[in-house]
Amino acid sequence: MGKTIAEKILSEHSNKDAYANDIVVANIDIAFVQDGTGPLTIQELQKLGKEEVFNSNRTMLFIDHAAPSPREELSNAHSILRNFAKKTGVRLYEIGAGISHQILIEDHVNPGEVIVGADSHTCTSGAMGAFATGMGSTDIAIAMALGKTWFRVPETFRINIDGKLSRGVYSKDLMLHFIGIIKADGATYKSLEFAGETIENMIMSERLTLANMAVETGAKTGLIASDKKTKQFLEQQGRGNRFKTIRSDEDAIYERNIDIDASNIVPMVSAPYAVDNVKTVEKVTGIKVDQVFIGTCTNGRLEDLRVVAEYLKGKKKHVDTRLIVAPASRTVYFQAIKEGIIQILVEAGALIFPPGCGACVGIHGGILGNNEVCLSTQNRNFKGRMGNPRGEIYLCSPATAAISAIKGEITDPRERI
Amino acid sequence: MKLIGKALKFEDNISTDLIIPGRYFHLRTDLQELAKHVLEDADPDLAKKVQKGDFVVAGKNFGMGSSREHAAIVIKLTGVSAVLAKSFARIFYRNAVNIGLPVLELDTNGIDEGNELEVDLSRGIVFNKTKKFEMRVKPLPKVMVNILEDGGLVAHIKKHRDFKLD
Repeated sequence: MGKTIAEKILSEHSNKDAYANDIVVANIDIAFVQDGTGPLTIQELQKLGKEEVFNSNRTMLFIDHAAPSPREELSNAHSILRNFAKKTGVRLYEIGAGISHQILIEDHVNPGEVIVGADSHTCTSGAMGAFATGMGSTDIAIAMALGKTWFRVPETFRINIDGKLSRGVYSKDLMLHFIGIIKADGATYKSLEFAGETIENMIMSERLTLANMAVETGAKTGLIASDKKTKQFLEQQGRGNRFKTIRSDEDAIYERNIDIDASNIVPMVSAPYAVDNVKTVEKVTGIKVDQVFIGTCTNGRLEDLRVVAEYLKGKKKHVDTRLIVAPASRTVYFQAIKEGIIQILVEAGALIFPPGCGACVGIHGGILGNNEVCLSTQNRNFKGRMGNPRGEIYLCSPATAAISAIKGEITDPRERI
Repeated sequence: MKLIGKALKFEDNISTDLIIPGRYFHLRTDLQELAKHVLEDADPDLAKKVQKGDFVVAGKNFGMGSSREHAAIVIKLTGVSAVLAKSFARIFYRNAVNIGLPVLELDTNGIDEGNELEVDLSRGIVFNKTKKFEMRVKPLPKVMVNILEDGGLVAHIKKHRDFKLD
């Protein structure tokens, strides 16, 4: 019987012929935590009496949520991570290195691997053909100690996407459209497999945006078969030798097949306070925007910043709108400097934040005032998400964010200035 | 084991941002303090009205969003003895079991705020004492039952040195 990508990877990692709904114990390739979840993981490891990890080369700590620390409590939490890294030899990514998911893609993840992280957007790495999923601190503590964890093999929803995205429409719009159809719990504990000609034509950066938001449908992971584009990406990152083909079999069994025609998709937003409260940009055009935030593990990559720079070149942000940009990693930041993107953004009136997660999670930087509206390229707009339950967040693509920053109100990016 | 308490009712899609908002991120290393703000953006009076043994009763997709296990921990710290919902977001579901907080999946439409409930964990039955009717809970996979019975994942691994699947 044929297998889905999830069934293949979990079979290989559990030495079992595993299919959907089986419970398996699978070996893991990478386990990681961030500064919000890591201190608890370390505490649980100590309760277990463990001071070492299964593989210190593939265990990582990322200080990305409160980077740099805005408060003494968080500075002390960071010390816990730094001390643990010194003791165990695991890799610590310091403040300024960037967001865990971005660094994992740049430096570590390979097709066919199992990645577990104490952060819900761990599913981002699924775009590389890796079974990647977020878990809590204790699950990761055990994964770090034993080098394995248990899974119920998920059923798969196959999302077949064909057609060409129109000008001004991006993979973010496609994903918001999809979430609008499937809803916030429509794929609870399923594996999403994105396939079809639209996906085949997408570069890695665009694929990562899709996989990143898989969890917003409740999914366990969001997978894309590895192919030429994956190989190209790995080669660029200096690990082309780690490429391996991983794709579902012709006769694999999917719980659902969902067909999407990409050519019909228009720019989309998620309106407050739910990611699945999806509307076309056209429906919300003209809503005044107090703050635009461009960045995050969803859309803070170089390709996103290039799009933003195209819109902002020679322009100024609206006088009543604050524009904040946070590159997803130091590598992205540095490349954006070299390409002149940062200069364009700063000239347009943008404030550049250090690479990290802070604003998206409401920890520090960019916290909204009462009744303020933020348009953001991030993945969540839950009540209170950006630090104030009386603020409102709309989610959109980098293009919609950029043009709206200029106009001071939500604007359709197809309306070139 | 039988648990008795009253229902604290919540709607669908209670996110982890509602359970422990990001603005209290710095309190994650001071869980007793963080627990004072539990579910504050969904019900500002909750921390005051919750009594030991009470049940959080919600609609579908409880605990959606982030992986922050602290969300499950602070619910437990307030004295809540179990969370009942039509469905759970899966990371929260695993987290709750891992820290020894029972999570019960059942149709919660028949339960109103303040209803007295009696939960029989081993038989998987919820009895609404106020309205006098019984409901069956969707069973957990065996591995999760084992983890819960051992008092959480760390205790489970200490006991068995591995995951006990059956």
